[in-house]
Amino acid sequence: MAEIVGKCWVFGDNVDTDQIIPAERLVSANLSHLNDFVFEKVRPGMAGEISDGDVIVAGKNFGCGSSREHAPLSLIQAGISCVVAESFARIFYRNSMNIGLLLVECKAGAAEGDVLSIDAQAGRVCNRSDGSERSFEGHPPFIAGLVEAGGLVNLVREGRF
Amino acid sequence: MGKTIAEKILSEKSGTDARAGQIVVADVDYVMVNDVTGPIAFREYGRLGTESMFRDRMVLIPDHYVPNKDVASAEQAKEMRAFAKRHGVENYYEVGKGGVCHQIMIEEGFAAPGRLIVGADSHTCTYGGINAFSTGIGSTEAAVAFATGKLWFKVPETIRVELAGRFGKGVGGKDLIIKIITDIGVDGANYKVLEFCGDGVANMAVSDRLAVSNMAIEAGGKAGIFPFDRLTEEYIRGSVRGEYAPASPDADAAYCSTLRYDLSEIEPMVAFPHLPSNGRPVRDADVKIDQAYLGSCTNGRIEDMRAGAAVVKGRKVHPDVRFLVVPATQRVYRQMMDEGLAQIFLDAGAFVSGPTCGACLGGYMGILAAGERAVSSTNRNFIGRMGDKDSEVYLAGPEVVAASAIAGRIATPDMLE
Repeated sequence: MAEIVGKCWVFGDNVDTDQIIPAERLVSANLSHLNDFVFEKVRPGMAGEISDGDVIVAGKNFGCGSSREHAPLSLIQAGISCVVAESFARIFYRNSMNIGLLLVECKAGAAEGDVLSIDAQAGRVCNRSDGSERSFEGHPPFIAGLVEAGGLVNLVREGRF
Repeated sequence: MGKTIAEKILSEKSGTDARAGQIVVADVDYVMVNDVTGPIAFREYGRLGTESMFRDRMVLIPDHYVPNKDVASAEQAKEMRAFAKRHGVENYYEVGKGGVCHQIMIEEGFAAPGRLIVGADSHTCTYGGINAFSTGIGSTEAAVAFATGKLWFKVPETIRVELAGRFGKGVGGKDLIIKIITDIGVDGANYKVLEFCGDGVANMAVSDRLAVSNMAIEAGGKAGIFPFDRLTEEYIRGSVRGEYAPASPDADAAYCSTLRYDLSEIEPMVAFPHLPSNGRPVRDADVKIDQAYLGSCTNGRIEDMRAGAAVVKGRKVHPDVRFLVVPATQRVYRQMMDEGLAQIFLDAGAFVSGPTCGACLGGYMGILAAGERAVSSTNRNFIGRMGDKDSEVYLAGPEVVAASAIAGRIATPDMLE
């Protein structure tokens, strides 16, 4: 995977799935454009300002709450390339691995608008705005295989699950 | 070294010696989806390129936006109905025969002791209250479980929760779990299991255990599991499908930590906005409310309806409050009628409807306007959860919700005149 470079949107701890995408948007008719609604209640206007490749930086327990796969899906559709957080809630983590949203578990120490570069292979996050650098642990082998295959659907299609 | 309940069930279902930290692939007994998570699962199933389908293990329950909220949700519900028909999935619960998915899973006997159940809804962990290992998954994973009958699991570490004593009057499972989440935080059990034990368990009604397990996810938990006992057996007798094998922990099982609670010391609790971990004793709350909601997969069972009705009987809902009573399932609704509980709520001036998740997730049937406050027997009080981003949700048990509807402010039954 190539190095990711993107501008940061910074959030705090316990960003829940209702904040990422409110429940009232969860209907089939919206599935192709969930990005219109990301963070609409807590950061109105943000959806229109995200550029392709942008990165979300957050604290602990990102993605807590509901099992809605719409949450990581809406971030992918919005152009978010990666979420860097101190920790992730369990179901959000699984969903992201299964549909191809890159998650990095580390404390990024970035401010809103900073530019981060992320090298998933090397396990390194660099803040190009302040020059700081942090490292993170890769996924365990099973998860790494899942990510490499592009998610669980592909593993099944390839007869590997 | 012995095993926890989670390790026992995952060992049994994966055919391996499952230990915390390992990743195993295990057979699931049932996989459930609802009308919100189902449609994505159906699409992903179509991408798998297989005809294989474990239809007897699939359960499809529309509950979030049914009866249809609007045209978009009608289309979504139609998609689910059509998928069930096209693939001959018999376990589909139409409006009028169903209700909130988790209580249906229990009433219809899919959930049972020792079983491994996954559901594309985070509150699937509810069935831990009857000794199942059940956990929330995503839609794509549900699709894979439809096709393969199995899924991958990281075997979780377990927190042991020792319970002693007996709840005081007007205190129940909801108060205990709010207390636990407040103590350990909304990520205090992330990736982990809460396993309950101790003399206090036998003093807890199964409906209380289900309320506790239901909210394990609000501490980040993968599951919240109770031991099997006589009360469990009585609760599921007559409804459980097929054979089941309860799971109990070994005496020398390894736990990552231990919590201890004396149930007699638990007070009526209320979780302030905007996290379930903002719990405080009700006696410290000074909050005027606009709406009270009794229902949901957390506290929409017949026991909750009885508790609420006992409080409002012979009283009137406060003139500034809308009191919404929404039984979890059609069966609970009928029982409310048979026992005269619906009459009590109606006489008090409450709105009583058939089952739906609607208001709990801010869908419909009880949305809050800006600045409004609700006390609710549901499980989440996140920003904007039940409506406008500037509305507030206070989580509490059925007695407190009912008493608050009468008082017009958050209160216990003891505080009513």
